[in-house]
Amino acid sequence: MVKANWKLNNAWEVIRHIADPELPFLTLEDLGVVRGITSDSSGLLYIEITPTYIGCPGMTVVQETIQSELKNKGYKSTVTRSFSPPWTTDWITEKGRQKLESAGISPPQPKRIGGTIINERNPITCVRCGSMETEKISEFGASACKALYRCLSCGEPFDHFKCI
Amino acid sequence: MSSQDQALLFEVLLRLADDNFILGHRISEWCGHAPTLEEDLALPNIALDLIGHAQVLYQMASKVDVAKRDEDQLAFLRLEHEYKNVLLVEQENGHFGDTILRLFYFSVFMKLLWKRTKEVTSFDELKFFAEKAYNEMVYHVRYSSEWVRRLGIGTHESNCRMLGSVHNLAPFVGELFLVDSFDREAQEKKILPNIATFLEDWKKEIFEVFNKSNLRLGVVALEKQGGRLGNHTETFGYLLAELQYLQRTFPGAKW
Ligand SMILES: [Zn+2]
Repeated sequence: MVKANWKLNNAWEVIRHIADPELPFLTLEDLGVVRGITSDSSGLLYIEITPTYIGCPGMTVVQETIQSELKNKGYKSTVTRSFSPPWTTDWITEKGRQKLESAGISPPQPKRIGGTIINERNPITCVRCGSMETEKISEFGASACKALYRCLSCGEPFDHFKCI
Repeated sequence: MSSQDQALLFEVLLRLADDNFILGHRISEWCGHAPTLEEDLALPNIALDLIGHAQVLYQMASKVDVAKRDEDQLAFLRLEHEYKNVLLVEQENGHFGDTILRLFYFSVFMKLLWKRTKEVTSFDELKFFAEKAYNEMVYHVRYSSEWVRRLGIGTHESNCRMLGSVHNLAPFVGELFLVDSFDREAQEKKILPNIATFLEDWKKEIFEVFNKSNLRLGVVALEKQGGRLGNHTETFGYLLAELQYLQRTFPGAKW
């Protein structure tokens, strides 16, 4: 991210701590959805974010929260969405992946480098007991970004953040 | 952009948006009615993806609409003959197998369409969208194809029912690959790929899954058609009555 001056730095400090509405233990920084922060000569801030999923209902909330949090600090801003390059789970930070795991959600596996093929050949590991004996119950869990799995060793169901 | 190009782009975007929106609405009808709790979570999330895709496509269409309608007006306040979706997506859900098979057909079609679109379109906004939409469609295909297989080889009863679904949906498949003067112009102007060219790829993907599912796909021919011209089947009026109720009763309602 380009942070040309103190103002953009301050804005980033505000934005990076905003919680995701669906996974509130993750921040926008953890998710890697903030694409850029710029400003024009009038001082208006332009924030570009990229949606995790096109239809993710949380994105509107994110846009509004960014604007209101910046407004509280005295900044006027416009938040736009961009799809290119498309968001990928590879942009979730290492810290974000650890937070997912502590929340009982198995983190996404890495995408094949440079490809668009979704690659989940490795077994999905149970987040509770670490067993590799798991099975998929449903491709779509509580939200489009998660699948539902069951551990065959400890018997517990768990969410898996799908690689995209 | 000339007014002719603008009208062409509007029509292209509207067709894409309407296909996704109407199927999204149909699938949302499963909310609270699916056979298991897991499917009751899965189907509304798939509907949300499709409606989300439609929303962005309506936003793009809104920018080139001569009538200057916004995304909500396009989605909720048009008359029946102004919707340009294929007849396949407006058909009633039927049983779970019918819904799954239609979703499988449509998801494979959209996956191929977005893949080709991101390769050929010169319209950047659509190209970026197509790249993202393609990734999401991969999961729709995986979800629906796994269910097709499970139902196809499940029991004698489930296999018979799936054979029935294949038979009942057959007349509606051809329209997906219909190329009319709009499509031809959209290809020449490098907005959309040639839809007819990926019929073979579509059949190949369907065959692969059907072969493992004890199901057979017949000849794909153009039978029922009219949706692209706004001529819909009887059930569409009832669908719109429910879909538009809120915006017709409380114009401009927001929440
Ligand atoms: Zn376990």
